[in-house]
Amino acid sequence: MSTATTNPPADQAGQRKAPAGERVADWADGRLGIYGLAKANMRKIFPDHWSFMLGEVALYSFIIIILTGVYLTLFFQPSMTEVVYHGPYEPMQGIRMSEAYASTLKISFEVRGGLLVRQIHHWGALIFLAAMFVHMCRVFFTGAFRKPREVNWVFGFLLFVLGMFTGFTGYSLPDDLLSGTGVRFTQGAILSVPIVGTYISMFLFGGEFPGHDFVARFYSIHILLLPGIMLGLLVAHLILVFYHKHTQFAGPGRTNKNVVGMPLLPVYMAKAGGFFFLVFGIIAIISAIATINPIWALGPYRPDQVSTGAQPDWYMGFAEGLVRVMPGWEINFWGHTLNLGVFIPLVLFGLVLSLPAVYPFVESWITGDKREHHILDRPRNAPTRTALGVAWITAYFIGLVGGGNDLWATHFHLSLNAISWFVRIFFFAGPVIAFIVTKRICLGLQRRDRDKVLHGRETGIIKRLPHGEFVEIHEPLSPGQLHTLTAHEQYKPVELGPEVDENGVKRKISPVQKLRAKLSKGYYGENNQIAKPTAEEYKEISEGHGHH
Amino acid sequence: MSSQQIPEDNLPVVQETAHGAVEGTADPFADPGLPAHKPRIQDLDERAANRSERAVAFMFVLSMLSTVGFIASYVIFPVDKIVFIWPFGHVSALNFSLGLTLGFALFFIGAGAVHWARTLMSDVEVAAERHPIEAPAEVKAQVLADFKAGAEESAIGRRKLIRTTMFGALALVPLAGVVLLRDLGPLPEKKLRTTMWAKGKLLVNMNTGQPLRPEHVAVGSLTFAKPEGLEDDAHDFLSQIAKAALMIVRIEPDDIKDKRQRDWAHEGIVAFSKICTHVGCPISLYEQQTHHVLCPCHQSTFDLSDGARVIFGPAGHALPQLRIGVNSEGNLEALGDFDEPVGPSFWERG
Amino acid sequence: MKKLSARRRHPLAAVVVLLLALAATGGLYAAFAPAGKAQADETAQSLAIDEGKKLYTVGCASCHGTGGQGTTDGPSLVGVGSAAVDFQVGTGRMPAQQPGAQVPKKPVIYTQAEIDQLAAYVASLGAGPITPTDKQVDPAGADVAKGGELFRNNCAQCHNFTGKGGALTKGKYAPDLEGVSPKHIYEAMQTGPQSMPSFPDTTMPEQEKKDIIAYIQTVNGSESASPGGLALGGLGPVSEGLFAWIFGLGALVAVAIWVAAHTAKAKKS
Repeated sequence: MSTATTNPPADQAGQRKAPAGERVADWADGRLGIYGLAKANMRKIFPDHWSFMLGEVALYSFIIIILTGVYLTLFFQPSMTEVVYHGPYEPMQGIRMSEAYASTLKISFEVRGGLLVRQIHHWGALIFLAAMFVHMCRVFFTGAFRKPREVNWVFGFLLFVLGMFTGFTGYSLPDDLLSGTGVRFTQGAILSVPIVGTYISMFLFGGEFPGHDFVARFYSIHILLLPGIMLGLLVAHLILVFYHKHTQFAGPGRTNKNVVGMPLLPVYMAKAGGFFFLVFGIIAIISAIATINPIWALGPYRPDQVSTGAQPDWYMGFAEGLVRVMPGWEINFWGHTLNLGVFIPLVLFGLVLSLPAVYPFVESWITGDKREHHILDRPRNAPTRTALGVAWITAYFIGLVGGGNDLWATHFHLSLNAISWFVRIFFFAGPVIAFIVTKRICLGLQRRDRDKVLHGRETGIIKRLPHGEFVEIHEPLSPGQLHTLTAHEQYKPVELGPEVDENGVKRKISPVQKLRAKLSKGYYGENNQIAKPTAEEYKEISEGHGHH
Repeated sequence: MSSQQIPEDNLPVVQETAHGAVEGTADPFADPGLPAHKPRIQDLDERAANRSERAVAFMFVLSMLSTVGFIASYVIFPVDKIVFIWPFGHVSALNFSLGLTLGFALFFIGAGAVHWARTLMSDVEVAAERHPIEAPAEVKAQVLADFKAGAEESAIGRRKLIRTTMFGALALVPLAGVVLLRDLGPLPEKKLRTTMWAKGKLLVNMNTGQPLRPEHVAVGSLTFAKPEGLEDDAHDFLSQIAKAALMIVRIEPDDIKDKRQRDWAHEGIVAFSKICTHVGCPISLYEQQTHHVLCPCHQSTFDLSDGARVIFGPAGHALPQLRIGVNSEGNLEALGDFDEPVGPSFWERG
Repeated sequence: MKKLSARRRHPLAAVVVLLLALAATGGLYAAFAPAGKAQADETAQSLAIDEGKKLYTVGCASCHGTGGQGTTDGPSLVGVGSAAVDFQVGTGRMPAQQPGAQVPKKPVIYTQAEIDQLAAYVASLGAGPITPTDKQVDPAGADVAKGGELFRNNCAQCHNFTGKGGALTKGKYAPDLEGVSPKHIYEAMQTGPQSMPSFPDTTMPEQEKKDIIAYIQTVNGSESASPGGLALGGLGPVSEGLFAWIFGLGALVAVAIWVAAHTAKAKKS
């Protein structure tokens, strides 16, 4: 019979049956309320800028690490039980090693694709941390951490720190000679902690180092505890990104009250979704062509063996550098030993690392600004902040140089001792120099922007005037460019007010207030920012041009 | 200092009037608004759009082919096959082919999707309104009122006994979890102070497993030793060798500057702990011309001709020396344990 | 000869010429004066010693003294043995360009025959480690895994896990072992050149040295496998970190720029 006869009566009533997709969505909406969610988010707008994708690199490498990590757990044995190796890798035949090391050899040499997954996992981890680092730099230098995003900045900071320790514990799992040396270092550092050091060490390692427990313990920390916390923070981080809506750079049509860009569906679904595959693809290609952590060449861990060039992965290199260049201060008193040579770097590591976490609160205290900020600063327009950031990065990278001092020595034909001294001095001097230089550069760029607004763009075209004078033609900027270059706000430094009040009584000014005024002057005082051109100045000059 | 104390004029002018009011004439820096959308070639020329479509489809096909290649590589290449590929060297054929095919399979999905988005999806910029994160005043008032009502109904403010004991209970209960951690490991006691060395223990050559004799040890040579009776397959081998590992060198007795060191040596043969006093790396980069020994981890440098005192780097004290002698059979033996803890410093070291 | 002519005007050139003249005169005298007695037991060995002495006088005596007794510029060679000479001269370290704690490897300027003569002469100054035979250094049949363990115990602390070399104090370094011949590795272990301590047969028997050579050849030869791809110098996390930042993050940022960039607009005609 014809299909018409089997059609449901509803059709005849003018209500055609909904397509399958819609019916599924209806079903889900009735139970999950997805239409409400989709209404808010499906056409959510994301601004286009390459630096806004750095966080995505971090997000995607995190997902890649989880995927590959799950695969690795299928083969890895987190056990320190000693076995004698009888696998295919010739240079390890008959060598005693832990099951952890043996199973990592097995993943590398017997499981097809195991080596690739291991390398993706490890390259992914290095890139994850590097991507978080540059993402944080982007957020810092553009002032994206300001209200309302301070809490999200702290979440991101915690992700970075937890990422470091997740990386460290994972790096230690294969129980190879290099990572074991790193664990030994950690144990030595723990021992330097006053009063409780020996207890923590005994509890962490289940007795004396290395014992038979740390791989299993690091394993549950590495695959469960830390990634679990990170996953929670990550979800919170992303929810806040959605909730706050993305920041954007100043430009025509872009205000603090809107967000201009492309909708999630379809453009960012394709761009961001596609970017996941691009990131995964690139990490896979890197893992195809470059070795990482060839544990078979390192040998199993033994606390009486070592290799030169013993370094941690890059994200721990800063701590390593501090430890390497610290002078060997040790104090003995009342039957106790305070190993400052290790303990000071340990504390310094924590302090330097936590500076970025508190920075947003310090800056908002100095400015006293309680408004929301959705328009990003260009780094030049916040010279003091930019200079502080560069100073911090300088200290960080000088620490990294210290962490690799032996390799710098051999590859640049330098003396190890000279590099240590360089790091000792420049860990303090470098940030100061970087601060001054960066601030000068920022102010210079501000002046250039000012000139550009007032006098227009240098065209490079030279014109000879009738009386013989040569002038370069300056082309006035478009209204859009004029707006963009003058859209930033400039704070005025905090004034302490008169020393006496209206009744002639001396006002009390607390040291904290004085400090704040001083800092504020350092940020926004004379010579610390270049006043942007005013409309009057612009008019005066542009009308003046007309008189030519 | 709270924000209320900040004089209002220190705040920057708000965004909307960022350029200040210009009387009479229009602000030259005013926001001209979103520029008009300019079309791409694909928006105007259907043939260009078709070319883009083909490019996207081509990339998706490449991805499919790469996945097929991945499966083929998995089947074809044995796991242990090494091939020379310039410039990468002698690499695993399987790792190389799996990685590249997987990489391309993924990359071309992404590249296709992005190319699609960039050339064929609308590139009209859209502006969406932002709303303040802070709740409006009436919402805030409502929440505060609700909270107050709830708190009053619970009477937590009035019945202080309940409140205090509840906080007490909540504060105490985590202690159960802390107590449970006690069996993670033993207490330190004197474990870090002693090693396996004891009077009469022979010094066994790590290379040969044979007892060392004075005539074995030449000036300028480097040898490592372990205590007699510590076998590789012992359950606690690693924990013991972590403290007992020994570095043996021979220095002309006249070149030894430290008197105690000379007394504790045997004919210039000195035995120092191999474990760095900084954080415990096995230290053994012995420069036989200068008698300096360098730690490869953090570059502490010790002078083995002068009581192994620290001459550079972060270590806080000299390497412990083991007192050695020769037994009746002519083998080197320890004359006791180290007289101080080996390895990194700790609080109770003293 | 180029090297020599380049140094003609060196402040020490006159001293060298004087020493050469003195040595030549002395050598000639020594060669002719006791002729009657020497001819009787002249063997290939003593001939080699004589030839070696001539070479020594020209190339080595300025630093090591005319009789190998050593000067402030170079250590005594009495008792270093032929193995030390074969290593130092055979790897081009000697003659050194300048005295110092670290004399680097250079192109070899003597033939193996000349090196053997020099070695014979130096060995005649006092007993020391003898140049090993080819059979002694042949790693065939040695235990690579045992060699690896010995290497990690005795060598890796300076030369790195796979013998890529590493830093020592004050600009000194332990060199990369790639391409070093088994004989020279063996001799280095036996004699302890420069900063390196020796590992004499009494504490490290011949077979163990062979094992170590076999291990080095397996992991640090031109044919050594690096299954995972580029070995990045075999230096560990520092080069890996640099690679991740420069190539990994670099590629990803390049792609991000492409993803976020606005598509080219059609030109208005």
